[in-house]
Amino acid sequence: MTELLQLVIGGLANGCIYGLVALGFVLIYKASEGVNFAQGDMMMLGAFIALGLGNSEQLGMPFAIAVPLAVVIMFGVGWGVERVIVRQLFGQPQFALVILTIALGFVFRFVAGSIWGYTPLVLETPFAGMNMRAGGIVISVADLIAIGVTLVLTVALWAFFAFTRIGLAAQAASQNQMAAYIVGVPVMRVNSLIWGLSGAVATVGGVLYATRGAIDPNIGLLGIKAFAAAVIGGLGSLPGALLGGLIIGIIEPVAGRYAPGEFAKMSPYIIMLLVLVTRPGGLFSQIQMKKV
Amino acid sequence: MSLLEVNDLAVHFGGVKAVDGVSFSVESGEVFAIIGPNGAGKSTIFNLISRIYEPTRGSIRFDGRDITGLKAHDIAKLGIARTFQNIELFDHSTVLDNLLMGRHTHRSTSFVEDILFLPKVRREERDHRRHVEEVIEFLELEAYRNKMIAGLPYGVRKVVEIGRALSIGPKLILLDEPASGLSVEETREVAFWIEDMRRDMGLTVLMVEHDMSLVNQVSDRVLAVANGRPLALGSPADVQAHPDVKAAYLGTEAA
Repeated sequence: MTELLQLVIGGLANGCIYGLVALGFVLIYKASEGVNFAQGDMMMLGAFIALGLGNSEQLGMPFAIAVPLAVVIMFGVGWGVERVIVRQLFGQPQFALVILTIALGFVFRFVAGSIWGYTPLVLETPFAGMNMRAGGIVISVADLIAIGVTLVLTVALWAFFAFTRIGLAAQAASQNQMAAYIVGVPVMRVNSLIWGLSGAVATVGGVLYATRGAIDPNIGLLGIKAFAAAVIGGLGSLPGALLGGLIIGIIEPVAGRYAPGEFAKMSPYIIMLLVLVTRPGGLFSQIQMKKV
Repeated sequence: MSLLEVNDLAVHFGGVKAVDGVSFSVESGEVFAIIGPNGAGKSTIFNLISRIYEPTRGSIRFDGRDITGLKAHDIAKLGIARTFQNIELFDHSTVLDNLLMGRHTHRSTSFVEDILFLPKVRREERDHRRHVEEVIEFLELEAYRNKMIAGLPYGVRKVVEIGRALSIGPKLILLDEPASGLSVEETREVAFWIEDMRRDMGLTVLMVEHDMSLVNQVSDRVLAVANGRPLALGSPADVQAHPDVKAAYLGTEAA
């Protein structure tokens, strides 16, 4: 029992990171009606920027400054990507965005590789190696922070979309661009903002990832798992994305311990397939059947 | 001075002249209808006025101001609202939220004020809700207030779209085929609303419509167009009696 609980808590922390990257997928799916396959690489780049600013061998800024600054920089990167590149695809088939973002992912990986190299690096944090004990369970502070930050960020995003003028405008634009235009929503500007936001959220995910292990330019491949999480949740739903992330995060270590062979590695995709077969719209489906 | 002045307006898509040299002006307080066969360019004129299409030639002035260079999202702020032939609503939101979205340009609170939910935000929110409730009452949408758009019948969605346009608080409302797909009874209701919009709300109405009984009942003046070109402009009776208009509707070439 203790063992299971231990696995679940570690999985929960992992799942939060998947969930944050999945949130990025959902944000952009809502804004640009397409999938950003560079989402995982944005996470990676964000983590490296934080590392480059904060680590003592690099720029050596305090952790509390390096991380927010990295978030701001990646907001700018996301915003700029929409502004300069994605906007040109307006009106093109969704597939164009898929190819474009896959290519963008390669570029991000190359940029990170050429600046920071391909040897795994460790982000220096004030709470590295700190643990807490409760009962027979050991919880690392990094795990607790990952869970706490994800919770706060999710609530903040929810409040942003539910209550602020700009958040409501973003929701409107994601539901119907034409209608959003005619009530006065600057749809293009809102889309840039959402891309910026998804860059910022990805960075938070990346930093949390980096607090729990070494990073290299290929960690962005985690994005594929996070994509599965977003699909499980129903691609258009923020809480769904988080839930999908948590499900995958918990299943992986539990399956790794109790299931045979390589099942743990397949488990996220098996769950995704199961969800797609039984509930094609995802767990939090926003697509309703049309009455005929 | 006219509220809306359209001057030598044209838009060409490749070799297709969707609108080609259309001029008209709509007076304040007037109900003005544009009629014409399918593909005549009526909805295209609307899309030009609401700045969704870029005109190839010509100008549009509203309230004494040239709006030809403005963006689609600038139009609501000036006081121009519209509906669409194919209904463009926020399908996964309630009727109330759709109407409240019409208040977007009237919201003046900042991001920080919104997050803190300051008294100013609450006061403004109350004003918007009061405004929207008036629209709900006017269009008799009370029963649907909290229903999702996606589950509503066609006729109701059409009315909700008019409601969202009214929530904007416009001076000019563009109605793109308000009666299409509606029953005779529903059409009669639309006619009453248009008359009330003009009389009680002081609105100017520009509409595209095929239903000639509705056109005859509510419009002061009618512009007939065919193949992107103007055919006749005048009272409903005069325009319908015009030989070119008759020819256009019967499908024979006027020439």
